[in-house]
Amino acid sequence: MSATPDHTSDRVDPSTMTGPDLPAALGTSRRTVLRRAAAAGLLVTPAAGLLGACATGGDDEGNTEQETGAKSATNPLGVKEDAALEVIIFNGGYGEKYATDVHEKLYKTAFPNAEIKHQATQAVSTVLQPRFTAGDPPEFVNNSGEKFLDFGALVNDNQLQDLTELWDAPSVDDPNKKVRDTVIPGVIEQGMFTTKDGGRKPFVLYYVSTVYGIWYSGKLFKDNGWTVPTTWEQFTALCDQIKAKGITPFGYAGANAAYYMWNVILTQAAKVGGPDVLKSIDNLEPNAWKADAILQSAKAWAEIGAKYGDKSYEGLKHTDVQLRQNQYKLAFYPSGDWLENEQKKDTPAGFEYQLMPVPSLTAGDKLPAGAIRAAGGEGYFVSAKSKNPRGGMEYMRQMLSKAGTRGFTETVGAATVVPAGSEGYSFPPGVASSQAALKAAGANVFNMMFDNWYKELDTEARTATNELMFGRASAEQWAERIQKRADAIKADSSVAKFSR
Amino acid sequence: MRQGKYPFVIGFLILPVTLYSVFVIAPYAQAFQLAMTNWRGIGTPEWIGFENFQRLFNDTAFWKAVQHHGIILLALPLITIAIALFFAFLLNVGGGSKGGKRVGVRGSAFYRVVFFFPQVLAVAVIAVLFQMIYRPDESGLINGVLTKLGLEPIFFMINPNLALWSIIAVLVWQSVGFYVVLFSAGMASIPTEIYEAAEIDGATRVTLFFRVTLPLLWDTLQVAWVYLGIAAFDCFAIVAVLSIDSGGPDGATTVLAMEIYRNAFTYGRAGYASAMGVALFFLTITFAALMLRVSKRESIEY
Repeated sequence: MSATPDHTSDRVDPSTMTGPDLPAALGTSRRTVLRRAAAAGLLVTPAAGLLGACATGGDDEGNTEQETGAKSATNPLGVKEDAALEVIIFNGGYGEKYATDVHEKLYKTAFPNAEIKHQATQAVSTVLQPRFTAGDPPEFVNNSGEKFLDFGALVNDNQLQDLTELWDAPSVDDPNKKVRDTVIPGVIEQGMFTTKDGGRKPFVLYYVSTVYGIWYSGKLFKDNGWTVPTTWEQFTALCDQIKAKGITPFGYAGANAAYYMWNVILTQAAKVGGPDVLKSIDNLEPNAWKADAILQSAKAWAEIGAKYGDKSYEGLKHTDVQLRQNQYKLAFYPSGDWLENEQKKDTPAGFEYQLMPVPSLTAGDKLPAGAIRAAGGEGYFVSAKSKNPRGGMEYMRQMLSKAGTRGFTETVGAATVVPAGSEGYSFPPGVASSQAALKAAGANVFNMMFDNWYKELDTEARTATNELMFGRASAEQWAERIQKRADAIKADSSVAKFSR
Repeated sequence: MRQGKYPFVIGFLILPVTLYSVFVIAPYAQAFQLAMTNWRGIGTPEWIGFENFQRLFNDTAFWKAVQHHGIILLALPLITIAIALFFAFLLNVGGGSKGGKRVGVRGSAFYRVVFFFPQVLAVAVIAVLFQMIYRPDESGLINGVLTKLGLEPIFFMINPNLALWSIIAVLVWQSVGFYVVLFSAGMASIPTEIYEAAEIDGATRVTLFFRVTLPLLWDTLQVAWVYLGIAAFDCFAIVAVLSIDSGGPDGATTVLAMEIYRNAFTYGRAGYASAMGVALFFLTITFAALMLRVSKRESIEY
């Protein structure tokens, strides 16, 4: 596949170096150098070839018969008791321990005769692409990380198991309660995709509760007597105070995390104009990015970037900027609530991460100041063409049980989409504050999906946002170029479209 | 021995040729095939003819990358060869004549080793190293000094007008050492008598360089030019690690391999990425053929 052409430029094709074009009077030493270089090229070559060797394979109709067992009260999904189950976990921010120590043990307790094959990886697509091509996909996949498999492509190829049966199955803890009633609203909807024939089915389980906002140090604010702003005037006034103290008021990492910033701009826009402005963006509607609310928000935040930002942050990675906040050199930093866990090692004692929702921009904002973006994070799916998809769904059912969610929360310190799992658990200050904010927001919680659905639009939004925030583009130009890309994606028949 | 020649040759060739066909030629052929499909990495590829190439034609990112290759293609060989020639001359000939032998400037043995250092480092290591050197804040090597002196920091990778040149500087720094050694080897094979004759006729070092060294080194220069030209079509690792926002700001440093990577692994457009790969393949081949034609010149026998 495409890895091959990547490497063509790495080496010198020996044939071009030894033809009649090559002068006769080659000095010995140069010939040696040439020969060595050619040899090195040949050494690189097979490696490049191996990468390419995994390409498309044949049609994957050759699917073996799938395992089923008798349904019962303890086995509502009809799993064959001794069917093997393969579990692939993305070894990222949450590690793999929650799977090996909690979920796999639960499954093993329910089905002692089943053999579980566990594999953790940091590059999901690299490991799994050949497996899907060969028609031998693993049952259960944590499709996450930088190299996750394109959900659209998976849906289009009918690779994903319809999870309707799982959501309608009785939950592990209460047989009278369906699994769908144990999770927070919107999560099932979030994992729904439109299939080629026009149906809409739940294919993906988003498991981790993720709350987005702006983070600050509770200690820094307490020491300086600063109060958390809820209006724009309060926010800019506080930024002035912070700046006067020699601390950078607001910043994000331009080098690799510009999406933290478009997230702030769009969250702000949803507050100004209501969550429907995000819906039209997700649905690729014409001029969705040029909506008034979005332009207003982009303009306001561009000003923050120009006035209270630090130009050098454009060249820094998210870890660098997060470290600066830990060193009390930066006051406000936008992120999701994985931040506290991610920074565990670098956070000084007493730092106390706290989340604040983006402040209200105008008095006429459609949503109150407490409204936030929250969603399920970490996508999991079951392969429809695997040998034991019912086992995969049962694994999910166990994951969503009280024991499964509680175990996850205790292992990684993050809340899941099952509220019962974290009841009474004392979170570290950051997650506690984001959970409190989530509760306070009540029904004013919204989400957006376009970056998951259309990676190209995400990339364009990131680039444009850097241009906007570091003063090389106006809000109008920012909206214009992203809209242009959205229109191009809409017109592109090779991209699977989704809507909500 | 005569009658056993073919089995002997075939016996030697069969393994490498098989490996080469299976792992190199076949994937190449497949890339050409995939370039005609809309394959997204999963499922069966669907044949779409030349649609990918039409799309390529209107893709601004692609043309930006091609344009950058053009700049690197001019700058990288020119600067690298100039610097490498200068150093090689100083190291081998620049010190004058000693006991009938041309020698380099004092300490040339030491410099030779130092110049070669970057060649020993993996490209990724070099990129990470320059991340530290170019860092925009006070913990960067250069900007740390500048801020200490009270000067404005230089935004090497952030300033769109500077970013590509900062990348080229790294590429030059990395390649110079190898070409110093290559040219040194070339210079070592130039007979001392020619230098002596020229010196007796009153040639200065500058004349020596332009009238003796350069013409007699022509073949080596040609090889260097082709090598560096082909290297200019790559640059992936340095750009991927060093540039901000993967080829940014706003595509100011992007190269074809970066776009191929982005399309294949971020957008999941394996078919389109293959089409880019095919384009890159022809660009590289054309360049190599062109260079060998253009730089063909009577070589001087001695």
